[in-house]
Amino acid sequence: MRPLHVLPAALAAILSLFLAQSVVAQGKSRTGPLRIEITNGVIEPMPFAVPAFVATTATSQQVAKDIVGVIVSDLTGSGLFREIPPNAQISGISNFDAPVQFADWQAINAQALVTGAVSEGLGGRLTVKFRLFDVFAQTSMGGGLQFSGGRKDWRRIAHKVADTVYSRLTGEQGYFDSRVAFVSETGPKGQRMRRLALMDYDGANYRALTDDRSIVLAPRFSPDGTRVLYTSYETGTPQVFVLNTRTMRRRRLADTKGMSFAPRFSPDGKRVLLSLSEAGNTDLYVENLASGKRTRLTVAPSIETAGSFSPDGKQIAFESDRSGAQQIYIMPAGGGEAQRISFGAGRYGTPVWSPRGDLIAFTNINNGRFHIGVMRVDGSEERLLTSSFLDEGPTWAPNGRVLMFFRETRGVSGAPSIYSVDISGRNLKKIPTPAYASDPSWSRERK
Amino acid sequence: MRARLALILVAGGLALAACSNAIPNSGLSGANGSYKSDTVDYFNTTVGDRVHFAVDQSTLDAQAISVLDAQAAWLIKNTVYSITVEGHADERGTRAYNLALGARRASAVKAYLVSKGVSANRITTVSYGKERPIALCSAEKCWSQNRRAVTVVRAGASS
Repeated sequence: MRPLHVLPAALAAILSLFLAQSVVAQGKSRTGPLRIEITNGVIEPMPFAVPAFVATTATSQQVAKDIVGVIVSDLTGSGLFREIPPNAQISGISNFDAPVQFADWQAINAQALVTGAVSEGLGGRLTVKFRLFDVFAQTSMGGGLQFSGGRKDWRRIAHKVADTVYSRLTGEQGYFDSRVAFVSETGPKGQRMRRLALMDYDGANYRALTDDRSIVLAPRFSPDGTRVLYTSYETGTPQVFVLNTRTMRRRRLADTKGMSFAPRFSPDGKRVLLSLSEAGNTDLYVENLASGKRTRLTVAPSIETAGSFSPDGKQIAFESDRSGAQQIYIMPAGGGEAQRISFGAGRYGTPVWSPRGDLIAFTNINNGRFHIGVMRVDGSEERLLTSSFLDEGPTWAPNGRVLMFFRETRGVSGAPSIYSVDISGRNLKKIPTPAYASDPSWSRERK
Repeated sequence: MRARLALILVAGGLALAACSNAIPNSGLSGANGSYKSDTVDYFNTTVGDRVHFAVDQSTLDAQAISVLDAQAAWLIKNTVYSITVEGHADERGTRAYNLALGARRASAVKAYLVSKGVSANRITTVSYGKERPIALCSAEKCWSQNRRAVTVVRAGASS
């Protein structure tokens, strides 16, 4: 996405990737909409078909194929949908506007059908039109839509189509058109080289943000997806920096004598919650980015770190060993009395508040195993979703239904990779990355 | 950058080869391999540059205290040196917590050295959390080596 700001026209395209509602006749009503519920743990994936999109220009045939590939990969990758592959399909779509032969799709038990057409205009500008059908109700679900963008935006366009399909079938916001900031790692365990990097949520479009001369840790996206907070050792001591991923300008947060680390943005993007260690004691602070004014939130001889704001900005979840071991607490955003919410077996760290506000994701360490889990904000209904030698650092999908985290394997050749899992513990997947990868931060917005 | 680094390495190799009988920089004093007592090598090998900690602890045990007593005595005698105390943790914790734990360990060492008469302004501390393991296996014999505070000596007053 980086070069998009080069041309004003292209900038306009990326800022909008505009959704133009096209006129589509609404089908007849049915008693209940086609809907997959993703709140329950056990789901039979919904069968769907995406026949080849109609290429309306000769040059758009390959990209039409590629776009369908990404749409199918997004939907099946969510674990909620099962593709009925092209070789099982009875008929294709040769005319985007011709009536759909529902019987052909019913015969192969496709419940949802996505049809589309791709055209390439002047300067390689792509326009993708698509419709979603409920095959058995023989209706169009929502209106037809079209997305336009530059030739190189074809993956984003495909993700937007998949997001729309996901949203119409689940009632939840899609998360496919999203990015992840993370730490890309190379070299052996004892001499790891790290750099900040960005990728699409599916591992595509890898882009390095820093070189690997200093240790960098734990990037955290701003709510608007334009900036990344991270910790770097480039001064010799861990210090928090903020980097604008478009201009690549960066600066250190207000100077401190000791170490600063574990930063996270406030929901309005104007403040940073971070941890400072002075004389060996770590406490939570909040810093106003515009003024540089820093306020201390905790004053205790114990370790207070890994703070995360609630989405309404009113509360902070953090970890502390004030009880003798790492546990999760919640306190008002201005500091004050904290309530412990983790009471299960073992130690708890890295609390991250869901964007929906309903859950807190965490790392649990118990009996030599590491787990990613979720609990309600009051600590109830704890669920451990994963288990391994070392799972750590959850980050939420924009819709609060999926988590990414990193898993490090054991031993001398142990190394980290990024995984995703949904909040019922299903659909554990490794995200493909060009090198070892850790510390994912999933963006809510993509501007 | 890479080419320049390679040149320096080659030059270093030549220097070592050229004066293998006596290498003042390393303080090697004789064929038995012992170092002069005012050198960094002596500190690292004979005094002892590191102490170790129990799981999730920053308290100094008897062995650590005897190493730190020797460090303090050496530092008081050799005032041209300043030190950075690096705190480290094993891999069995989360990143931010281990940074905080490493800071605690480094600080515990600094506080002890200061209590023994080493000037606080000669000592800086830094935590590497679990990011710089020296023993790489995933077993207690390695983790116990990684739960450490290392006193890194350098010439010159602290900033």
